Amino acid sequence: MAEEFTILIDGRPAPARPGETILTVLRRQEVETPTLCTHQHLTPAKTCRACVVELKGSRPLVASCERKVEPGMEVRTDSERVQNARRGVFELLLSQNDVSTAPGLVSQAEALGADPDRYRGQRYDRGFFDDNKLYVRDFDKCILCYRCVEACGPDVQNTFALTVAGRGFTAGISAGFDETLVESACVFCGNCVEVCPTGALMDRREHSMREQGRWDESRQDIVQTTCGYCGVGCQLDMHVDRERNEIVKVTSPDQHPITLGFLCVKGRYGYSFVEAEDEPAGAAKQV
Amino acid sequence: MAMHEAVLLRRRGAEQRNLKAYVASGGLAALAKARAIGPEETVRILTDSGLVGRGGAAFPAGRKWESVRTAKDPIRYVVLNTDESEPGTFKDRVMIESDPFMVLEGLLIACYAVSATGAYIYVRGEYGRVADLLQQSLRELQQAGHLEGIEPQGRPLRVEIRRGGGAYICGEETALFRSIEGYRGEPMAKPPFPTVAGLFRKPTVVNNVETIANVPDIIAFGAKALRSRGTERSPGTKLFSVSGHVARPDTYEVPFGTPLSELLQMAGGEADLQAVLMGGAAGTFVFPKDFDLALSYEGVAERHTTLGSGAVIAFNRQTNLWQVAERLGRFFAHESCGQCVPCRVGTRRQHEMLATLAAGRGQGDERGLLLRLSQVMTDASICGLGQTAATAVRSLMDAESAGLLAH
Repeated sequence: MAEEFTILIDGRPAPARPGETILTVLRRQEVETPTLCTHQHLTPAKTCRACVVELKGSRPLVASCERKVEPGMEVRTDSERVQNARRGVFELLLSQNDVSTAPGLVSQAEALGADPDRYRGQRYDRGFFDDNKLYVRDFDKCILCYRCVEACGPDVQNTFALTVAGRGFTAGISAGFDETLVESACVFCGNCVEVCPTGALMDRREHSMREQGRWDESRQDIVQTTCGYCGVGCQLDMHVDRERNEIVKVTSPDQHPITLGFLCVKGRYGYSFVEAEDEPAGAAKQV
Repeated sequence: MAMHEAVLLRRRGAEQRNLKAYVASGGLAALAKARAIGPEETVRILTDSGLVGRGGAAFPAGRKWESVRTAKDPIRYVVLNTDESEPGTFKDRVMIESDPFMVLEGLLIACYAVSATGAYIYVRGEYGRVADLLQQSLRELQQAGHLEGIEPQGRPLRVEIRRGGGAYICGEETALFRSIEGYRGEPMAKPPFPTVAGLFRKPTVVNNVETIANVPDIIAFGAKALRSRGTERSPGTKLFSVSGHVARPDTYEVPFGTPLSELLQMAGGEADLQAVLMGGAAGTFVFPKDFDLALSYEGVAERHTTLGSGAVIAFNRQTNLWQVAERLGRFFAHESCGQCVPCRVGTRRQHEMLATLAAGRGQGDERGLLLRLSQVMTDASICGLGQTAATAVRSLMDAESAGLLAH
């Protein structure tokens, strides 16, 4: 175990351990830090720039989610420069994206005092894709955080169906040559949906219930079970609509030692059998 | 007007551009000397010469080489950045077309000095002729056995030429590595720096063509050869790509410290120039009151501008510089890789506002917003593209406030 050392955060000493990121230390010190692209189980993509901090000796600000601590570091999070950059990131996103299913983004923007009307200009208009039975893609909501790419790739699934295509403002998530998901290498594990921070990727069930005004998480109970499809033992959280007594979504706790919140297509989407009526033996032959 | 002796471009226009002619005019003596004195001494001479990188960042070349030379990892690379894509910049193309062997000799010395196990030349996609010329010249060097005895394990050195696909961002060194590795050209966070974890995450020297072209003379004639020209803090000569409203747009080689006005005069600049854009799209506008500035690193810093890539684009008084800015804005918006928010969305918003201003349809608050946005892009972008995408615009706004614009 390497030696603990001290770094300065806004002038106050904070303990830090080798290998940690600045963000880890900030969170331990309970320094409020906005984040969008970073995810506890994924490689820091450092693309959203919401968590930037001032680091003594560095001309540009640095992404705290990615930068590893070093002894003697002096970090500032309370400067006008940092606040201005963070606010700018959110204002730029608000000028391009549909954030109607991204409450986390909106609340962080508000906390920073971001003005949603600061920048005018072309908004995203890249279409809604409903090309398979399990999840939908609404790219007007995509902030290009790269989480889905990483979850589909080496961080979780190793399927590599998703990538970033295009450049600049037109860059976006693609399943390879703009194929539909069914035509692509996608295995429908839904782990991209799990990590999407803005609802750009959403289970089809949840999407249609939202469309019908029936999605209300306060009316859902979580019923825990263990997936019965194989012997791995993934814990499943069945989200059950209390009034209709039906399963509307399946997730896994993000701290579960086996899943870390990730599942396969069977565990996440293969639940309709639970609600199927039992048929009496031989019933099909009668009538 | 003083005539300046060509140093890097001394073989420009030579009748014969083959290895035999190169050797006959003193070529490959530096490589032979490097082999005789060994890697450590070779790097020491380079460090003593004070050579700094000519790609724009002006990092001491010797320090870069020394950290790779002393790296623990036995696998190391040298990468020659020939992805010359900065608008108004064409000096590396002229350098290679004038003297491909001097560039390659510099590259071989670099490989020898840091015990490189391989080398890559990343050539801008549009530079087909440059790639062919390098390939042909490499073949001649290889056939004459000059690629032997460089690679530390005794194999002939492998030098691969890779062509870019037309992305400005791939000139950024870490995006360039990604591109060579077969990935999307997206810049990576620094640190780790290339000398620690560069191409294929191995210690890597990445140098600009003009930097490498300086190496053979420094090794052959000693550190003082470079210091015999230029200024104390900017030794040597510099290539400038001069274009725009000048009678003789071309690549010019002048000693550091030469006044900008003299360079413009050499190129036949119009008498009533409104401004020049120094350093390319990522540079700043410079106006006649500053044309006396000395073209050296310290000289441009004094006037808050940059040598950048060595681009000097001249504009006469008929030019609406807001339209130039709009064009620069379009360039950055098109060339942003799209990875980070400040650059992906910021360059787009910047271009939209510049287009409004250039068309004379401004609503009054664009300048304030541009300034505000420029701070976000400069502070929070991952790489130099986003960090400098607003530099020229900011200098234009300053000039406008000072009443320097013709329109």
